[in-house]
Amino acid sequence: MADSRITISNVSKRFGTVEAVKNATLTVAPGEVVLIIGPSGSGKSTLLRCVNRLETASAGEIYIDDDCVTCPHGNIRKIREEVGMVFQSFNLFPHLTARDNIALSPRKIKGIAKDQAYQRARELLARVGLADKETNYPDELSGGQQQRVAIARALAMDPKVMLFDEPTSALDPEMIKEVLDVMLALAKDGMTMLVVSHEMGFARAAADKVVFMDNGEIIEWGPPAQVFDTPKEERTKRFLDHIL
Amino acid sequence: MAPLSGDKPNKESTQITVSDGALIPDRGEASVFSAWRISFFGALVLVVLLPVLSPDPYREIIQFVPDGILRTFQVTVISIIFSLGIGLLTGLGRISRITIINRIATVYVEVIRGIPLLVQLFYIYFALGRFLSLDRLVAAIAAMSICYGAYMGEIFRAGIQAIPKGQMEAALALGMSRRQALRLVILPQTIRIILPPIGNEFIALLKDSSLVSIVAVSDLLRRGREYASTTFYYFEAYTMVALIYLVITLFFSKLVAIMEERLSYRGR
Repeated sequence: MADSRITISNVSKRFGTVEAVKNATLTVAPGEVVLIIGPSGSGKSTLLRCVNRLETASAGEIYIDDDCVTCPHGNIRKIREEVGMVFQSFNLFPHLTARDNIALSPRKIKGIAKDQAYQRARELLARVGLADKETNYPDELSGGQQQRVAIARALAMDPKVMLFDEPTSALDPEMIKEVLDVMLALAKDGMTMLVVSHEMGFARAAADKVVFMDNGEIIEWGPPAQVFDTPKEERTKRFLDHIL
Repeated sequence: MAPLSGDKPNKESTQITVSDGALIPDRGEASVFSAWRISFFGALVLVVLLPVLSPDPYREIIQFVPDGILRTFQVTVISIIFSLGIGLLTGLGRISRITIINRIATVYVEVIRGIPLLVQLFYIYFALGRFLSLDRLVAAIAAMSICYGAYMGEIFRAGIQAIPKGQMEAALALGMSRRQALRLVILPQTIRIILPPIGNEFIALLKDSSLVSIVAVSDLLRRGREYASTTFYYFEAYTMVALIYLVITLFFSKLVAIMEERLSYRGR
């Protein structure tokens, strides 16, 4: 356990009678980029959301380093500070400028002074290629720009893990690349990333591991080339045939 | 009375929203002779012209009622402030995950909304007056605040629930507590949504404040009645009172409409 950053062991999640995730086990080493693929309803987003406890796992354990996510009395807020999350629908705060979206949690949670938080927001915006959008409100930005601000917002808490929940699914095709480029740069910088996405190009370029889920179960996993080109399981093959 | 209904706003169903605030001019109606303009300026002209053309008794009336107008505003403004406070607490209570708090807030809303305001007013002043001997003005403001607090609570609840779930999730994912998320992320957005319905409640409350005359608070209506009962100019006194109410409520309804337009234009 010590050498893995994210440890998911035997995690299940039930919604009423539906078992969305069945006995999933997965580890992500520090600096590793892991992509989860699978048909819709396969439980991949649910599993991801269990990692920062937006969904509470019904069974099993999840650790970030040595911090227990699934323990009911663990300090989940402390853990969430270290686990950034990027959503399919961006979820930027519409009443705040790009800069304030990024600076809000450092200021209010970590108590960082406004000037400093703004300085950091500027740096992060430059890093995602939006240095000139500091004082723009989300509704003045394109989808791709909003998603990049959302990534910057998550990075502002200096997380050691980043979760991406279908970060490009709500984007027009021409905007997907700008978001993937930012993610690629993050991966190169050594960020530990768990990504739910079907972006094969990104997977081949950046992922260390691809995990295929179907019907709540992890069917197989391996290096991208192996899973994409020579899948072992019939279900994986069928899925890949559909999306390629 | 509450323009935001209890249903989730994102449901794909045809909904009509009818508020009983003053007639809110809709944006399409832009002609010079819009209903609003005819009513507002018509009433305004009459309020000015009647005392000039027919000083006896209209000039006397217009000199007699201003402290009633002030009292009406006093009751309205104080009640709206209290009802906003009660409404915020009730709205938060209604979405609370703590069962007992949730139940208390919901029962409060159900009970208050099921009793006519006039009956509540009588109840607080005459019935509870047996034990509390409240000042009439205090009783009036208390009744208005408690009643409108329930409606405000529903507006706050609907407003909070209208914020997409992803906003709370994003805030929690950043490490905020639910309380921080509500204060920093959800409520600032809620307030933008609920300002127009709150404006409507303000207008409705202003009109309903005429009920307090029944417990002898000297508001606009009461002053008109006082004048009429000594001079027997009933028609003239109540005509003036009605016209003044009309000018005031139409003026505020315009303000609410402008505010609504600005908010929808900027989108924030």
